[in-house]
Amino acid sequence: MERCLGEALSAGGDYADLYFESVTSTSLGVDESLVKSASQGISVGCGIRVVSGERTGYAYTDDLSSERLLRAARTAALIASGPAKELMSGFRHAETPKSLYPVAGATSDAEIAAKLKLIQRADKAARDYDPRITQVRAGFNDELRRILVAASDGTFASDTQPLARLNVFVIAKDATSTARGTSGGGGRVTLDFFEGDKSPEHYAREAARTAILQLGAVDAPAGEMEVVLGPGWPGVLLHEAVGHGLEADFNRKKTSAFAGLIGQQVASSKVTVVDNGLMPNRRGSINIDDEGNPTQETVLIENGILKGFLSDKLNSRLMGMPNTGSGRRESYHHIPMPRMTNTYMLNGEDMPEDIIKSVKRGLYAVNFGGGQVDITNGKFVFSASEAYLIEDGKVTRPVKGATLIGNGPEALKYVSMVGNDLALDEGIGTCGKAGQSVPVGVGMPTVKLDRMTVGGTGQ
Amino acid sequence: MSQSASANVSSPVVSSDMKQLAADVLARALKAGATDAEAVVYEGDEFSALVRLGQVETLKESGSRAVGLRVFIGQRVASTSSSDFSDESIARLVDGAVTLAKITSEDPFAGLPEAHEFGQTCAPDGGDLKLYFDDVNEQPPAERIEVARRCEAAAMAYDTRIQNSGGSEFETATSHKILMNSRGFWGEYRRSYCGFSVSPIAVDEKGGMQRNYWYSSSRTTKKLESPEEVGEEAARRTLRRLGARRVKTQKAPVVFSPEISKSIMGNIFSAAEGDAIYRNASFFAGMLGEQVAGHNITVVDDGTMVLDGIGGFGTSPFDGEGLPTRRTVLVERGILTNYVMNTYTARKLGLRSTGNASRGLAGNPGIGAHNFYLEPGTETPEEIILDVQSGLYVTEVMGFGVNLVTGDYSQGASGMWIENGEIAYPVEEITIAGNLKDMYKNIVAIGNDLVFRGASAAPTIRVEGMMIAGS
Repeated sequence: MERCLGEALSAGGDYADLYFESVTSTSLGVDESLVKSASQGISVGCGIRVVSGERTGYAYTDDLSSERLLRAARTAALIASGPAKELMSGFRHAETPKSLYPVAGATSDAEIAAKLKLIQRADKAARDYDPRITQVRAGFNDELRRILVAASDGTFASDTQPLARLNVFVIAKDATSTARGTSGGGGRVTLDFFEGDKSPEHYAREAARTAILQLGAVDAPAGEMEVVLGPGWPGVLLHEAVGHGLEADFNRKKTSAFAGLIGQQVASSKVTVVDNGLMPNRRGSINIDDEGNPTQETVLIENGILKGFLSDKLNSRLMGMPNTGSGRRESYHHIPMPRMTNTYMLNGEDMPEDIIKSVKRGLYAVNFGGGQVDITNGKFVFSASEAYLIEDGKVTRPVKGATLIGNGPEALKYVSMVGNDLALDEGIGTCGKAGQSVPVGVGMPTVKLDRMTVGGTGQ
Repeated sequence: MSQSASANVSSPVVSSDMKQLAADVLARALKAGATDAEAVVYEGDEFSALVRLGQVETLKESGSRAVGLRVFIGQRVASTSSSDFSDESIARLVDGAVTLAKITSEDPFAGLPEAHEFGQTCAPDGGDLKLYFDDVNEQPPAERIEVARRCEAAAMAYDTRIQNSGGSEFETATSHKILMNSRGFWGEYRRSYCGFSVSPIAVDEKGGMQRNYWYSSSRTTKKLESPEEVGEEAARRTLRRLGARRVKTQKAPVVFSPEISKSIMGNIFSAAEGDAIYRNASFFAGMLGEQVAGHNITVVDDGTMVLDGIGGFGTSPFDGEGLPTRRTVLVERGILTNYVMNTYTARKLGLRSTGNASRGLAGNPGIGAHNFYLEPGTETPEEIILDVQSGLYVTEVMGFGVNLVTGDYSQGASGMWIENGEIAYPVEEITIAGNLKDMYKNIVAIGNDLVFRGASAAPTIRVEGMMIAGS
């Protein structure tokens, strides 16, 4: 490895790292009550990065022979132009940090049978929920990712990261309409996680419940109105409205609507938002990031004031800011960049029922699909998959799905009430940025926004 | 930087080695108890250079390879994949697939296509399909970087309000794929891609920022547009967003630019996928032969398209199961004439595959579009806008608010407001909503501006009566 780093710095780069990764994954699917799919994959490789000033050279190889590694190192080295750099002597082995998740061995046949049992239970529970459930698909996906980072700054760190997820998708049909419902969850957990509250039956009933509910949904309203977001997954609001805009790369390049706003009011004083990679067993948690740094809890917004960015080695060095251990990548094919882990809003003091009562006419959105943001102009959307009308302080009829839109640096200024019921999502989030997907978490207590635009079709 | 970057970092696996590997994997699978098997071997190279504010910011160059195996034991199926070609790894790939297949269920519809369904195999370069051009790999990296630099420079020089940049990126990719199965099929093809894009950022007098982008791509460097033209077009597309405001909540006609029209029409493909049809998870379920759109709407998926001597981005000689690709009319003058299917979903529906199987390395084949388009009309985009008294011209949509079960559509949008047939001012932070079933019937104008910039394309369209939510 030292030879390889030496080769990487042979053209004078400032920094080089090797990222070894091995991922084994399993995917099982029950569909129409049959086990229709089963697959396993193995991916092994190494990515080599050379940084010279603001420039990055990158090459990877799926052949780990020393010949191929040295060749990749020489390719990455082409980014720099200068005399070869002396390598530091010896790696700094990081202390083994406390692990945030269990580490399993290779998947055994018995485990595969146990996973299959889980999704068969989900299939049955969804069908038993209501005769109007006509189609059920349940899947179990898990992976074990082993990484090792060795860098010219002495970093030498490794981690083994499990990740599991159970999904249920259903179709409900009655005489007049058809609707879908989805649910799922998991995290960096072992199979016994799915034997507690988060059982296959829990997810199955949840998917079936939302599909049946949607059969009777009326058109969502259109226009600006008061919006109450339920606890948990609606925290995707934070991920889109502020999270991406606070990633250091966009701010170093001044391409984010949040650039230059540190120390300024970007949300109501009731709003405190953190990104926390240290939560045990959470989907977004990691012991170390993909540059070998320990993860941490980073305050992004404190009482409405913008406090900090999420950074990695390159951006923290160029910006003269602390490294928050947020350098992540999808795989050894990719260059790391600042990313979120678990992003959530801290509890306030309001009772959730008081929040609902305070609304004369508005939308109560408790579950969402995906979201998206244009970090440059700050406009973001997120799409409600389960929402209700609030009329005279009461939750009334369910409405069809609708997209909500807002402006990142402005939207959270309209937060007027924050509940005391903080919850994290079930563990299904995947975030995409510049073509790279990484698992993340979001969370929020019940929150009231005095103003938000709801994109329904109703008047 | 040095200008002597090599063009290929991966192992130089030659065609005969890949074919041999596929044959070995199949033979081992059959020996281990599979009654049928299918192997895919993939090799690819990629290069990308990002230039930002005139400087090379990232340079990436690499190659990768992988093998995928799908095995059947009777009508049970499972699959495995690996990026490791060592002997032990291949042994694990085979054993793993066979072991997994034993735990899956008998499914009467599962299985490879019938032997007589496979077509003739063609030359590795795709033959007449023109999928692979060597020039993509031959262009020196320094020249590619120069194209990106010129493109960004043209955007930055276009107007003083263009003050920053997300960068200009030049990318190339080549791939080589071999598919082989135990029913006697084997085929291979290479594909090449090159392209560049730029993402300028404009700032208005109040400090408000807007970003947009433009690009050019092809299978050969010879057909790429001039970097200056692309840079200037990106600048125009960025500047026209400056000073955007919101509009009041209202019902109004909406004109969709080709980029957005393409995604609206693309939902026709998704809604016609055999998988969604047999599950009743599509608003097209049970609608074959019915009127699902206006009489002016004809929608086609064509896996054989060659444009100006270059194979389309969605063109390939065979699909993910080895079946020959073809031209399929999904909607003809408003009538739903075909679902799009792979072998499994066709059997479920009692129909024939349309050659739309898509195959990843592992997992069962899915369904994917080839070159998918809405046939053009006769009006120019200007004429389509001219007929609008007060309405919205949409140039960007955001979000995931499309429900293919019900057809419900609700997306974030930005674009331009139209007043008295003319573009009046930019708008943003609004949503548009409707139901796709109604939208397809309410397309009152179709442009003559069908241009293939990717695998799918559609001309400008105008849809009457959509709900716009704003202030």
